[in-house]
Amino acid sequence: MARSVRTILIGLAFALVLAACDAGDTVDPDEATDPVDDVDGEPDEDDTDDDVDEDEVADDGEDVAGLSIGFAAEPASLDFSTDDGAAIPEALLVNVYEPLVKIDQEGEIVPVLAESYEVSDDNTVYDFYLEEGVTFSNGDPFDADAVAFSIERVQQDWTIGLASQMDIVEDVEVVDDLHARVTLAEPSNNWLFSMTTRIGAMFSPDGVDGLDEQAIGTGPYLVDDFARGDRIDLVRNDDYWGEAPDFNDVTLRYFGDPNALNNAMLADDIDLIGTVQAPEGLSQFEDDDRFEVIEGTSEGQVVLSFNHDREVFEDQRVRQAIRQAIDRESVMETSWGGYGELIGSMVPPTDPWYEDLTDVHPYDPEAAEALLEEAGAGDLELDFRVPNLPYAVNAAQTVQSQLAAVGIDAEIDLLEFPAVWLDEVFTEGDYDMSVINHVEPRDIAQYGNPDFYWAYDNPEVQDLLEEADRGDEETFAENYREVARIISEDAASDWLFLAPNLMVANERVGGVPENNVGEMFDLTVLERT
Amino acid sequence: MLVQLTKRTLLLLASLVLASVLVFWFLSVLPGDPAQVALGTGATPEAVAEMQERFGTDRPLTVQYLDWVSGLPVGDFGVSYVTGATIGPLIVDRLMVSLWLVGAGMLVALVIAVPLGTLSAVHHRRPLGTVLAGVSQVGIAIPNFLAGILLIGLVAVSWRLLPAGGWVPPAQDPVEFLRRLLLPALALGIIEGAVLARYVRSTVLNVLREDFLRTARAKGLTPARALVRHGLRNAAVPVVTILGLQLAVLLVGAVVVERVFVIPGLGSLLLDGVANRDLLLVQGVVMVLVLAVLLLNYLVDVLYTALDPRLRAAA
Repeated sequence: MARSVRTILIGLAFALVLAACDAGDTVDPDEATDPVDDVDGEPDEDDTDDDVDEDEVADDGEDVAGLSIGFAAEPASLDFSTDDGAAIPEALLVNVYEPLVKIDQEGEIVPVLAESYEVSDDNTVYDFYLEEGVTFSNGDPFDADAVAFSIERVQQDWTIGLASQMDIVEDVEVVDDLHARVTLAEPSNNWLFSMTTRIGAMFSPDGVDGLDEQAIGTGPYLVDDFARGDRIDLVRNDDYWGEAPDFNDVTLRYFGDPNALNNAMLADDIDLIGTVQAPEGLSQFEDDDRFEVIEGTSEGQVVLSFNHDREVFEDQRVRQAIRQAIDRESVMETSWGGYGELIGSMVPPTDPWYEDLTDVHPYDPEAAEALLEEAGAGDLELDFRVPNLPYAVNAAQTVQSQLAAVGIDAEIDLLEFPAVWLDEVFTEGDYDMSVINHVEPRDIAQYGNPDFYWAYDNPEVQDLLEEADRGDEETFAENYREVARIISEDAASDWLFLAPNLMVANERVGGVPENNVGEMFDLTVLERT
Repeated sequence: MLVQLTKRTLLLLASLVLASVLVFWFLSVLPGDPAQVALGTGATPEAVAEMQERFGTDRPLTVQYLDWVSGLPVGDFGVSYVTGATIGPLIVDRLMVSLWLVGAGMLVALVIAVPLGTLSAVHHRRPLGTVLAGVSQVGIAIPNFLAGILLIGLVAVSWRLLPAGGWVPPAQDPVEFLRRLLLPALALGIIEGAVLARYVRSTVLNVLREDFLRTARAKGLTPARALVRHGLRNAAVPVVTILGLQLAVLLVGAVVVERVFVIPGLGSLLLDGVANRDLLLVQGVVMVLVLAVLLLNYLVDVLYTALDPRLRAAA
């Protein structure tokens, strides 16, 4: 018996010694290199120089320097054909899987794997001429067969909702190795655009096994390691056909908590915040010389949605009154710390058919009250069901107090996002009013879909949208502009503001893609400074 | 002894079965549908139905329960809805990370508790003893996520001595591993140390009053030597018991600390699983945690009787 007690005591002693060791090992070198006089946060020139030298040595000398980028949402797998999460194309599209065409920072469609393309006059036949000498990372050549394979695979095997946009393709003809001809069943202006999203990614016929764990594409980067719950390590593809990117190794790190993401940046653990999720913490970066805060635009409209299936919203005057009761400037202030842009409809300024509609139904609480009285809706009560996301909660509280000022009682009910909000608001339509950031590109088309959760049913809008997709480019832009104006005047929803795309970068990285367009975070445009 | 052991083992198994029913039932009443979350805002009703069929969530609850529970004894936790990966290996991977954290937290706790508790017992009713007891009271009152946030704010953000979070496996880079482990281990261990210190203090106090210690002193040992040679050995028994029970508390505390420090352990797996309504995954993780807690209690019981001959004789 005495022996087992002794064993325990020895174990304890051993544990103590170990603990003392690892505390010593880890703290000492840091204390030696990083004096504590940094506490005051004052720039200390000698110290800064030391730090920079250290970084470069650690990073293998002149040639390479790893880049570390922090994001919020983590990809659940590497397979964007069956998993809808936005984090997967964000990491892999263009960087690992290349499409035929992509969206550039100005919102234009530009060639990638297609050296050039031609569109027939009736918008039904697309001829893609492919880049020569391109190979997949498994060694297979990229050719017209791969194009046909990839497009047909979207139609047959993909399970995500976006895949339905490929239904319109009738036939893919392999004209020769470097020439693929796609024929659509009917004219469509949206199809080429949708080819810039993940459904346009090119796969090798022999490279689609175990997609959730490995990614075989033609892009400038390869997935070196995917550590679930933590990070994706990308390394440069030495056999890349195009211009090599600036950074050899890029680590995409994922932080479930927005404050943890900010802290990692403040502690010099990452070089770039891909999307700032906690704008209230931005002042820490603005006041610090080490960082640059970059504001670009996104395609995310923060929409105050009205459920058109509910009787209260049948009367246009009620909807307009709500729009006029809201001071969107102050909503933007509380929701995103004043960053963002006011929009008067469901169109971001990066879309070619954007028109400034912010003067339609401007903020005017007196007019709002008059309208409500005229509509006989003096004591309106609304079921305001809001996802528990910080920006949405902050926006909802401001909206609530502004509506109260004109006599509308909007009762806020917080729902867990995504699970409960998707279930009760988005699918069941059990709500009067909600707030959410709609980030999908060109999602104004949802006002032509009466089955969407806001149930907006306007035949005029539906006809215009349908005609737009079939018509030429000019008709398309014209009709979209028209739709944007109609829904704004009709107060189909209230568009609170356009969410900003906020990033924070340190001095190591330049060329940051400030506008969040398309589905990817384009690593190829980043520059070493 | 054997009767005692059999009784405890049966109790352990019964608790596990009961836990599996409760875990399954609680999660099944949670609002939200895994198929819907997986499909997001692009979902159509047909796609949701198809997904439900693939997940098997369209079947009656009892069938789903039996299907799930029958795999557990052989370590088959099923397949994650979200990633399609087998859950068993996923849990093992993440558990390893959490165990590093819990182990390191325990070390920190012991380093703090043993000297702090012993000192405050030896200085009982004297100024130093009172101060030390006060310090451990304050320690107990701080929740570990707050300790984590404070440590990050001070050590990582203001002083830039250590990273604010993240994880590097020990095999990949041992130095970086320790650098990233230190703060979370402190956040977890400081509070635990304060809790343990109070137990150490009271057991040492009891031991100090024992006759055998007076005898040891009478034989000519100094107070310190008497305490180390005869006292600590006797004080160890109740402390080991508490240690075992607190290990379970640490494992649960690690869930929160992992979130604050962005560590890919069992806790992050659990929270992400809940957010995605990846029910089989959540059930698996919770069952592993339940098993850990029950097993630890069981082992402490068994070890306790083995350690102390007086208890064994009584049984």
